[in-house]
Amino acid sequence: MSRKPYVRPMTTEWIFRHSRYARYMLRESSCLFIAGWTLMLVWGLKQLAEGPAAWEAFLQGLTSPASIFFQLLTLGFASYHSITWFNLTPKALPVQLGEEFLPDGAISGAHFAAWAVVSIAILFLAGAF
Amino acid sequence: MSERRIELEVLRYNPETDREPRFQRYSVACREEWVLLDALNHVKETIDPTLSYRWSCHMAVCGSCGMMVDGEPKLACKTFLRDYPGVIRVEPLAHFPIERDLVTVIDDFMAKLARVKPYLIPKEPAPANAEYRQTPAELKKFKQFTLCINCMLCYAACPEYGLIPSYIGPAALALAHRYNQDSRDAGRATRQEEIAATEGVWECSFVGACSEVCPEHVDPAGAIQQVKIKSTVDWYKKHLMPWTKE
Repeated sequence: MSRKPYVRPMTTEWIFRHSRYARYMLRESSCLFIAGWTLMLVWGLKQLAEGPAAWEAFLQGLTSPASIFFQLLTLGFASYHSITWFNLTPKALPVQLGEEFLPDGAISGAHFAAWAVVSIAILFLAGAF
Repeated sequence: MSERRIELEVLRYNPETDREPRFQRYSVACREEWVLLDALNHVKETIDPTLSYRWSCHMAVCGSCGMMVDGEPKLACKTFLRDYPGVIRVEPLAHFPIERDLVTVIDDFMAKLARVKPYLIPKEPAPANAEYRQTPAELKKFKQFTLCINCMLCYAACPEYGLIPSYIGPAALALAHRYNQDSRDAGRATRQEEIAATEGVWECSFVGACSEVCPEHVDPAGAIQQVKIKSTVDWYKKHLMPWTKE
C-alpha cells in the first residue's frame, strides 16, 4: 500500500475561524496606526526645523477633523494593544515566591500601575496639569 | 437515558481512490452522555467500518484522538455531543497532512520533539542507590508543563505553525522549557541551539491559541514567552558582560 498524504492549503480563512484570531489580528494591526502616527511626529520635527511658519502650519493641520479622527483611532489601537499586552504579562513573567506563584492580577496590575505613573509623568512634563 | 439523533459531517480521504478529501454525512442515535469518540466508534461498528481515526484511552490521557470539531481542535473523547446543537463538522487536525480520513501524518511533530531533547540531561549521573532530591517549590516551577500529552491540538490551533511549517511549535517548546526549569537538569545550553533559534521561540508572535485549546491546561504560550525573555537576557549578558561566561 503506497502512502499519498493530502496537504490542505492554508488560506486566510483562519483569521475568521475563531474570534481569538480576529482579536489577535486586531492587536497586531495596531502597528500600522502607530507607525502612521510616528511618521506624523517625524514630519512635525521636520516642520519644526524649518521654522516658525512651517511649525504653525503643522500645528494647524493637527486640529483638522481628519487628523483628530486619525489620532483618536491610533489612541484606541494603542490602548487596545497595551491593555491586551499587559494582560498577558503574567504568562511571560511568572514570579514564584517560595512554593507559590504570585497571582496573575498582581503582575498585570503592577504593569498597569507603572503605565499609569509613566503616563501621568509625561502629561505633567507636557504641562497638562 | 435520553437519546437523540445527531448529524456528523466527517472529512473523508482515501489515498488509494480519492484525489482530494470530501465530506460524508452520518446520522447517529446518541445518548446524552456520549462524547464524539463514542459516536465515531458507533459509526465504525454499525454504519461504516472503513472510517479511520486514532484513539486509545477514551479518557484524555493518551492524546491520540485530536481532531477539528466545528473548526476547533478538540480531543474526541472530551467533546460532549450535548454541547453541539446542530450538524457537527469533524475534520482531521489542521496544519497536518492527512494520511487517511481523520488520521494525520505526525512525523514532523515527532522529529521536532526529538530535536528539543525532552528528557533529563543531568549534571552528573544519578547517585548510586539513591534518588535525585527536589523540593516541592522546585517541582512546582515546571509541574504544569509535565501535563502535556502530545496531542498536538496546540499545533492545529497555531496559525504560525500553519503558515511556517519549520516552526518548532508550542508543545515541543513547552517541553523543552519544562526540562530547562527542572532543578535536576543541566541540558539548557544544548536545547538553546534549537529553541532560541528563529525556527524556535522567535517564530511565535503570541497568538496564545495554543494555551486556549490545551485539554490539559498547559500554557505553552507562557513557556515560549519565558524562553524568549531568558534568551534575551543571555544575549545581553554575552554582549554587554562577556566576562560573565557560564
